[in-house]
Amino acid sequence: MKWKPKNAEEGFFRVLMFFSTVIIVVALLMIIISILYKGLPALSWAMISQVPAGGFYFGREGGILNAIVGSLYLAGGATLLATLIGLPLALYINVHLVCHKRLVNGIRFVLDLLWGIPSIVYGAFGFAIMSYFGIRVSLLAGIITVALLIVPIMVRAMDEALKVVPHGLLESSLSLGSTRAETAYRVFFRQCLPGLSTAVLLSFGRAIGDAASILFTAGFTDYIPTSLNQPTATLPLAIFFQLSSPIPQVQERAYASAVVLVFIILVVSILARIMSNRYQKNKINF
Amino acid sequence: MVNKTLQRVRRIRPGRLLQDTLHGLWMRLTLALVMLLPVLLFAGMYYKSSMLLQTNSLLELIFSGEWKPMSGKFGFYPFIISSLWVTVVALLLAAPICLLTTIHLTQYARRWVLRVMHPVIDILAGIPSVIYGVFGILVVVPAIADYIGPVFGKQISGYSILAGAVVLAIMIIPFILNILIEIFKNIPDELAEASLALGATKWQTIKLVLIKKALPGIIAAFGLGMSRAFGETIAVLMVVGNVTRVPTGIFQPGYPLPALIANNYGEMLSIPLYDSALMLAALILFVVVLLFNFASRLIIIQSEKRVA
Repeated sequence: MKWKPKNAEEGFFRVLMFFSTVIIVVALLMIIISILYKGLPALSWAMISQVPAGGFYFGREGGILNAIVGSLYLAGGATLLATLIGLPLALYINVHLVCHKRLVNGIRFVLDLLWGIPSIVYGAFGFAIMSYFGIRVSLLAGIITVALLIVPIMVRAMDEALKVVPHGLLESSLSLGSTRAETAYRVFFRQCLPGLSTAVLLSFGRAIGDAASILFTAGFTDYIPTSLNQPTATLPLAIFFQLSSPIPQVQERAYASAVVLVFIILVVSILARIMSNRYQKNKINF
Repeated sequence: MVNKTLQRVRRIRPGRLLQDTLHGLWMRLTLALVMLLPVLLFAGMYYKSSMLLQTNSLLELIFSGEWKPMSGKFGFYPFIISSLWVTVVALLLAAPICLLTTIHLTQYARRWVLRVMHPVIDILAGIPSVIYGVFGILVVVPAIADYIGPVFGKQISGYSILAGAVVLAIMIIPFILNILIEIFKNIPDELAEASLALGATKWQTIKLVLIKKALPGIIAAFGLGMSRAFGETIAVLMVVGNVTRVPTGIFQPGYPLPALIANNYGEMLSIPLYDSALMLAALILFVVVLLFNFASRLIIIQSEKRVA
C-alpha cells in the first residue's frame, strides 16, 4: 500500500489521541498511588479509632476519628436535607410539569447554572448569613450550606433518570385514577429507584469531599459533635490543616487522612454501581 | 358520574386528595426555593459588599494593585490576574487532551477501552479537590521544582501558577470530557454516513464534518471547564504559592481570588470593610462564573436544537 500524506496525518493524530487517553489513566493512577504510597505507612488503627489527644497537632498521640465521624454526620445530614428538597423537585418537574416543555427546560437551565457556582461562593454566602443572624459555626450551618451546594447536582442527576420514563406510564397511572402525587411517589419513584439512589450517593460523595463551603460554616473541633449546634471537624479540612503544619509527622497524618477520604469516596462510588445494577431487575422494561 | 366515582374513591382512602395537595404544595415550595437561590445569593453578596462600593468605584477596585486591608486599600488586580493566569493555562493544558480523547473514545476506541475509561473518568470526577491538592504537593510541585524549572534555568520552589494550572487541568478534564462525549454522541450518524458515502476517509469525516458540527459545543464545553477552574479553591490554594503580586510568568507564585477568600475570610471581623471586600471578591467570582455558564449553556442548547 502506498503511504499517502492523508494517512500520515491521521496516523499522527491517532498516536496523539492514544497518548492523551493514556495521560488521563496515568493521572488517575498517579493520584491514587502517590497518596497510598505516602499515606498507608502512616495509617494505623489508632489513627482511625481515636480522637486527637493533647498535642496531636505537634505529632503526639491520637487519631482523626473526630474528622471521620464529623464528615459522615455532615455529609449524611446534608444529603438527607438535599433529598427532602431535591426528590420532590425532580418528581415535580417530570410528573406535574411534563406538559410544559419550555418551563421545564428553563428550570433545567437554572439548575445547570447553580451547579456551576463555585463552592467557595456558597461558603462565603453561608458565613454572611450566619453572621447576619448571629449564628456561630456549627454542624447545622455546615449541613445547610452543603445541602444548598448539592441540591442542583442531585436534582439534575435524578432528572436524568426520571426523564426517560415513557409518557405512557404516566398516562396509564393517571387514567387508573391515581393522583399526581401517587403517580410521582408510587410509580415514578419505584420505576427509577436505581437512578435515584445513584443520584443520592453521587451527592453524598460530593458532600463529603467538599472543603471550601465548610471552611467558614462548620468550623473545626477535636471532639465528635453531640448536637447540631456544635462545630464539627471534617476530613477535607483535617487534611488541609495538617498538611500546612511544618512538622513531618503531622504531614504524614494528613496523607493518612487522605487515604481514608479516598477510601470512603471509592466505597461510595462502588456502592452506587452495585445499587444501580441490583435494582435494575425490579424495573419494568418497555 | 365523575362525582360518584370521586366519592367512592374518597370513601376508600379519605386522605388521598389532601395528601396530593400537600405534596403538590411542598413540591412547589422546593421549586421556588431553588429557583430563588441565585437571586438570594446575588442579593446577599451585593448587600454585604455594597459598603465598600459606596466609597470606592468598582473599576477602581478591579484595576488597583494595592492590597493593604489595614489602611483600607483593596485592589483586586493581582488576584484577578492570578486567577486568569491559572485558569487560562489550565485550559490550554486540558483542552487538547480532552478533544483528542473524546475523538478517540467516540470514533476509534474498542469496546474494552470504553469499559476501562468509563470508571476512570467517573472516579477522576469524584475525587475531592483537597485530594487533588495533596497530589499537587506530593507530585506536581516537586516535579516543577526539580525537573521543569531547571530545564528553563530557574531555581524555584515549585509553588507556582504552573503547579496550580496542572492540578486544575487534571480536575477539569473529566468534567469537560463528559460534556464533549455527550456532544459528539448527539451528532446524528447520517452526517458521518453521508460524508463517508461521498468518498471521504474516516479522518476527513472527523476533521471536516464532525468537528465542524460540534464546534459550538466544543467551545461551550471549554467555557464550562474554564468557569469550573476559575472558581476552584482548595486544590489551587494548596499549590499556587499565595503571594500578593501581579504574576508575569507561569513559574511565579500567584494568589487567585478563591484562595484570597478562603485564606482570609472568617478572621477579619476587626478590620473595617475587610469583610465587605472579601464579599465583593466572592461576588465577582459569582458573576463571572454565572456569565460564563450562561453563555456556554446557551450555546449548547442552541446547537442541540439545530441537530434536532
